[in-house]
Amino acid sequence: MLRKNTLVLIGIAGLFIFAIIALLYPLFGREAMRLGLDLQGGIHIVYQADLSAVEPAEVGNVMDGVVEVIGNRINPLGVTEPVIQRQGQDRILVELPGLSISDKEKERLSRVALLEFGELADEGEEAKWENERGRWKPATALVGGQEKELTSRYFKENTFVTQDRLGGVLLVFEWDEEGSLISEKITSRLVEGQQPLGIFEGDEPLRGEDGRPIAPVVLSVITDKGQIEGLSFTEAEALSSQLNAGRLPVSLEILYDQTVSPILGADFVDMSVKAGIIGIIIVMLFMMIYYRLPGVIASLTLVFYGVLVLALFKLWPVTLTLAGLGGFILSIGMAVDANVLIFERIKEELRAGRTLGAAIETGFNRAWTAIRDSNVTTFIVCAILFWVGSVVVAGAPVKGFAWTLAIGVAVSMFTAIVVTRTLLRLFVGTALAQRASLFSPYLGRK
Amino acid sequence: MNIIGKRFWFFAISALIIVVGFISLATFGLRYGIEFSSGSILRVSFEQAVALGDLRQELSNLGYGNALIQHTEAGDYIIRTHELDREEKTVLEEALVAKFGQLQETEFNTVSPMVARETAQNAAIAVAVAAIGILLYITWAFHRMPKPFHYGTCAVIALVHDTLMALGVFSIIGGLLGWEVDLKFIIGILAVIGYSVNNTVVVFDRIRENQALGVSPDFEVVVNRSLVETLSRSLNTSLTTLFVVLALMLFVGVAIQNFAAVLLIGIVAGTFSSIGIAPSLLVVWERGEWGRFLQWLPLRGKS
Repeated sequence: MLRKNTLVLIGIAGLFIFAIIALLYPLFGREAMRLGLDLQGGIHIVYQADLSAVEPAEVGNVMDGVVEVIGNRINPLGVTEPVIQRQGQDRILVELPGLSISDKEKERLSRVALLEFGELADEGEEAKWENERGRWKPATALVGGQEKELTSRYFKENTFVTQDRLGGVLLVFEWDEEGSLISEKITSRLVEGQQPLGIFEGDEPLRGEDGRPIAPVVLSVITDKGQIEGLSFTEAEALSSQLNAGRLPVSLEILYDQTVSPILGADFVDMSVKAGIIGIIIVMLFMMIYYRLPGVIASLTLVFYGVLVLALFKLWPVTLTLAGLGGFILSIGMAVDANVLIFERIKEELRAGRTLGAAIETGFNRAWTAIRDSNVTTFIVCAILFWVGSVVVAGAPVKGFAWTLAIGVAVSMFTAIVVTRTLLRLFVGTALAQRASLFSPYLGRK
Repeated sequence: MNIIGKRFWFFAISALIIVVGFISLATFGLRYGIEFSSGSILRVSFEQAVALGDLRQELSNLGYGNALIQHTEAGDYIIRTHELDREEKTVLEEALVAKFGQLQETEFNTVSPMVARETAQNAAIAVAVAAIGILLYITWAFHRMPKPFHYGTCAVIALVHDTLMALGVFSIIGGLLGWEVDLKFIIGILAVIGYSVNNTVVVFDRIRENQALGVSPDFEVVVNRSLVETLSRSLNTSLTTLFVVLALMLFVGVAIQNFAAVLLIGIVAGTFSSIGIAPSLLVVWERGEWGRFLQWLPLRGKS
C-alpha cells in the first residue's frame, strides 16, 4: 500500500517537472503559447464567393482555386501560421495571426486581379464602362470562329515592373498564344484610327499615379509583348505580383472582418496573468483557513493544477483568447470543487468516528459519484460550446473557451483524485494525523 | 436546519427577481453586440487629445448621428456604426484625420447581417441543446431511482431559472451601463448552465445516496438532510469560484466585463437555485403540491 503510494508520488513529481520544463522551454516544436487574434493581433476575415455563374459540379474546383490564389498572395507577407480555409459551400476563412496590414494590402487579398481591355463604344452601342475619357465596350476580336474579349486571362505569369529612361514606371506583360492572336486583331484595327485602348479592373478604369484613367492610344500593332505605363511604382508592383499569382476565378465579398492591432492585445495577457495569480492566492488562503492541513494540500495541488493545465495548453496547442484565459481563471475556482467535495466527505467520516486513514479512503470513494456526475454536465456544455465555436463565423473565442474549460475540468478531476489523495495518504500514520484539529477546527475542540 | 420547509419562500424570492428582470427586459430590452445585430466597430486612438463631444459632433456631421461612441480607460475611442464597407471606412477615417489629426486604428470589426443572423440562431440552438442534453444526461444518471425524469426536469428548470435571472439582471445593468449581449455573453450563459447543474447534481447525488441508505421514509426529510449535508460544500465551491470571477472582473477590466458579470450573476443564481429551487421542486413534485403552490401565491400576495 505504502510502496504503491510512493510510486504514484514519484510519478506525480515526474509529471510536475515535465510540465514545468514544457512551460519554460520549447518542447515538441512548441516555442510558446499560441495566442488568439484578440491577444496578439491579426486578421480574421470571412469572404463569401459569388458562385452564381459557376456550374454546381465545378464549385469544388473553383473554391480550391480561390484558396490557392489567396495563399499565393499571402506568402510574400511572411505570416508564420496563416490559415486559408474553405468553410461550407461558398465561404473562405483567412486568418493571419500577429499581422498588421494596411487596408490597401487587405483589399489586395480579395482583389479579383482581372484586367479587361476596352475600346470606345460607338454612339448607340451599349457601353460597359463610362468615365471622363468616354464610353467603353469590351475590346473583342473574332478568333477561331469565336468572338473573344481581350483580358489579362491571356497574360503569361511573368509580368514585371521596370522603369524607362525617364523614370516612368512600366508594367511589362507577355501574351500567351491565344492572347497574341486576339491582341493582334484588335490593335491592328485600333492603330488605323489611332484609337485608345482602355484598361479596366472590375467596374473601374485602371488609374495612373495622376488619378487619370489609363487608356493609351494604340500606335503600333501589339502581338506578343506589351506594357502599361503611368501606374505608381507600388501599385504596379502589387498588380504585377497579383497577375503572376493568378486571378481569382470569382469575386469575393466580406462577410466578417476582424482586424486587431498587436498593441491592443498585449495588455490583456498581463492583466489575465495578474488576475489568475491573485485568484489562485485568494482561493489558496480560503482553502487553508477553512480546511487546515487538507487545505494546504489542496493549495499544493492547485499549483500543480495550474502548471499542468498551462503546459497542456502549450503542447496541445490550445489557441488562447481572452475568453479562453477567462475560462482558465474560472476553472481555477472550479478546480478546488472536487477537493472541497472530498474534504467535506472526509470531515463527515471523521465526525462519524473513523480513523483518518479510513476516513480518507471512504471520503474519496463516496465523493466519486458526485464528482463524476457533476463534471459530466460541464463536459456536455463544453461539447456544445465547441460546436457553436465551429459553426459560428466569429466562433474562435468560443472554441478556445470550450477547450480551456474542458482541459481544466479534466485535469482538476485528476489532481483531486490522484494527487490530493496521494499527498493526504502521506500523513496517515504520522504524528500529525493524531491531531484532529489540523483537519477540522471543530473536531479539535470537541 | 429545515431548508425545504421554507421552499415557498425560495420560490417567491425567485419569482420576484425574475418578474423584475422581465419588467427590465420589457423596458430596457437587451443591447446586442454587432455579432448578433450586424454592424461595424472601429477602435481608434488619436495622437492629440480629442473630446468626446467634438468627436460625436463630427461623426454626426459625417452622417453617423446614430453611432455609439465609447471612451476607453486607455484613451481610445470605440465607434460603433452600421456595417461599413471599405470605401465608407476610408472616407470616415480620412475625415477624422482631417479634423482631429493623426489617428491609429487599433481594431476594426465588421459583421454582415447574414453572419449576425446565423450567429444568433446558432447561439439559441446551443442553449436549447444544452438544456436537452442535460435533461437526458441527468435522467440517465438517476435511472436507478424511482422517477428519474423528475430529477432531470428539476435540474433543467433550475438552469432555466438561472438563465432568466442572468438575463434579467444583465438587462438592468445593461440598461444602466450600456453593456452588450455578445458571443462572450453566450459563453458566460452556457458556462453558468454547466456550473448551475454541477451544483444541483451534487445535491441530487446525496439524495440518491441517502435514499439508498433508507434515511427516512419521508422524501422531504431525505431531501432536506441531503441539502444540509452538502450545504457547506455548495457554499464553499461557489465562494472559491466567486473569488476568481471577481479577480477577473477587477483586473482584466472592460474587455471581459460583461462575461465576468454574467458568470457572477449566474454563480449566485446557480447556488441559490441548487439549494432553494431544484431540491424543493423535487419535493413539490413528489408530494403533488403544484396546486398548493399556485394557491399560495395569490394568498401571500394579499397579505
